[in-house]
Amino acid sequence: MISAKKGDWVQIRQIVLKPEERAPQVPEDTKKVPLELWVKGIAQEDAKIGSTVEIITATGRKVKGELTAVNPRYIHDYGDFVPELLKVDMQLKEILFGGDSNE
Amino acid sequence: MSKDMSYAAVMARKNEIMKKAIGIDYSVFESGGISFDYERMMREAGYTLEEMQQIQAETSVGNTPIVELKNLTALARKLAPKGKGARIFIKDEAANPSGSFKARRAATAIYHAKKHGYKGVVTATSGNYGAAVASQAAKRGLKCIVVQECYDSRMVGQPEILEKQRACEAYGAEVVQLTVGPELFYTFLTLLEETGYFNASLYTPFGIAGVETLGYELAMQFREKIGRDPDKVVITHAGGGNVTGTARGLLKAGAKDVEVVGASVDLSGLHMASDKDFNRKSFTTGHTGFGIPFATWPDRADVPRNAARPLRYLDRYVLVKQGEVFYITEALSVLEGLERGPAGNTSLTAAFALAQEMDMDQIIVVQETEYTGAGKHPLPQLTFAKQNGIEILFGNPDRDEPGKNIIIPAHPSDIKVRDYDIDKARASYIKNCINNYKVTEITKEDFEFLVKDAKTDDSFVESVLAELNVKVK
Repeated sequence: MISAKKGDWVQIRQIVLKPEERAPQVPEDTKKVPLELWVKGIAQEDAKIGSTVEIITATGRKVKGELTAVNPRYIHDYGDFVPELLKVDMQLKEILFGGDSNE
Repeated sequence: MSKDMSYAAVMARKNEIMKKAIGIDYSVFESGGISFDYERMMREAGYTLEEMQQIQAETSVGNTPIVELKNLTALARKLAPKGKGARIFIKDEAANPSGSFKARRAATAIYHAKKHGYKGVVTATSGNYGAAVASQAAKRGLKCIVVQECYDSRMVGQPEILEKQRACEAYGAEVVQLTVGPELFYTFLTLLEETGYFNASLYTPFGIAGVETLGYELAMQFREKIGRDPDKVVITHAGGGNVTGTARGLLKAGAKDVEVVGASVDLSGLHMASDKDFNRKSFTTGHTGFGIPFATWPDRADVPRNAARPLRYLDRYVLVKQGEVFYITEALSVLEGLERGPAGNTSLTAAFALAQEMDMDQIIVVQETEYTGAGKHPLPQLTFAKQNGIEILFGNPDRDEPGKNIIIPAHPSDIKVRDYDIDKARASYIKNCINNYKVTEITKEDFEFLVKDAKTDDSFVESVLAELNVKVK
């Protein structure tokens, strides 16, 4: 099991509003789920994933929540290769520069 | 005694929290009714153009280059009727610190916060503005919290928003991420109350006025480079600040004849606060989910009076499709050697179509670009769309169904603009004013305000009021 040591950079989660506490104007599907919050900071004590831990955030706030990640990775990337876009690129070059003018 | 932190109690303290966090007493501009003194608010609560140029120069914001897109123009001319095809230019706002025009808005907000002794700033945004605030706060040594609507209930984040999180954290900010829902505002208020920081809202007079330098600069650059003002300026429209600030800057430069065109991605059918719909869109801003609500009711923002009032300035409002914007993003890359976007590419898509309606000696300008990268690029966006069950098809983009498919134009001649009826937006703005103020009678002052705020004439406002059975005192 992943755990954090005091002083590690971690991410925590809180439930801000339970489903029954959600604002009246939210759509039905959103009303069925809680409003959740994630924030990162330095763990103030040792903790296991899923247990409550206090952190100090980048602005110095003390926040408590459920430990969700240690040294959280940025997961976004350039995705898969999308062949449709290659088709667009080739079409554009063909229309503008294609034929004899390219030789 | 500790404060009541329940949703209802915090929302009830909204005005008190906001007053402390913005430092503007909006009541001095109020009439007591629908109208307020917009120009006085912009004058007294904002900064002069010269002051803003100075403030922005201090943190290297602005003076971005104008680039002529000769290959894209050539392509538009191949598709246009004989003699048509205006010259297409972009203003490369990606050259700003933090990579977008939002640095202009943030520069004045952060300067203002620092000048008034705030130790830090909080801003609620999932977009480039967060990175801009974080970057400017870093330069001026203020603490910064960015509150993002980022995930659906599966903790799946839109890749573009995840990239903004990374950028904000790279600039040293604390990022508070939430699942979908308008109650983000509740968390935002609790953070303002807890920290005593400044509300670096997108919609304050200084934030909006910060964009005036863009419009002003643009006019000056064209006069210097081409010898005249451009014919049309196309502006990606979301919350209205880009349109308002740019148009005001153009007017300050005396560029009165430039047509101001707003452009948004058409996401009709998708509910912005829906947990399911949230990750079924490939654009996180510059779309109709913001563009139409903010045009028809600007005072929905996180300040009592929104300084961004797009209907005051829009001459025309056009919609483009998701697939068309991806197509043009590719064109900008492979024909012009510029990897940019996505935001500015919405207005570029519109400009590409609009140029084909214009004469060859005319000029159309897209007034922004933004940085691209992991999460923001068409590859991760289309990958994400496919993962969320969205079909990627080739064909006629008019047949697209946001949330179900993305239709990439089969040919660039399929790219076009669809005019959104601005009179419809004007009428719905007037109706929203009447409904929100719950009145059956308005003053002469309110009437004149509505004419100005909706950029229309007496008879139009009279007819909408008559429909609502509202009388003018």
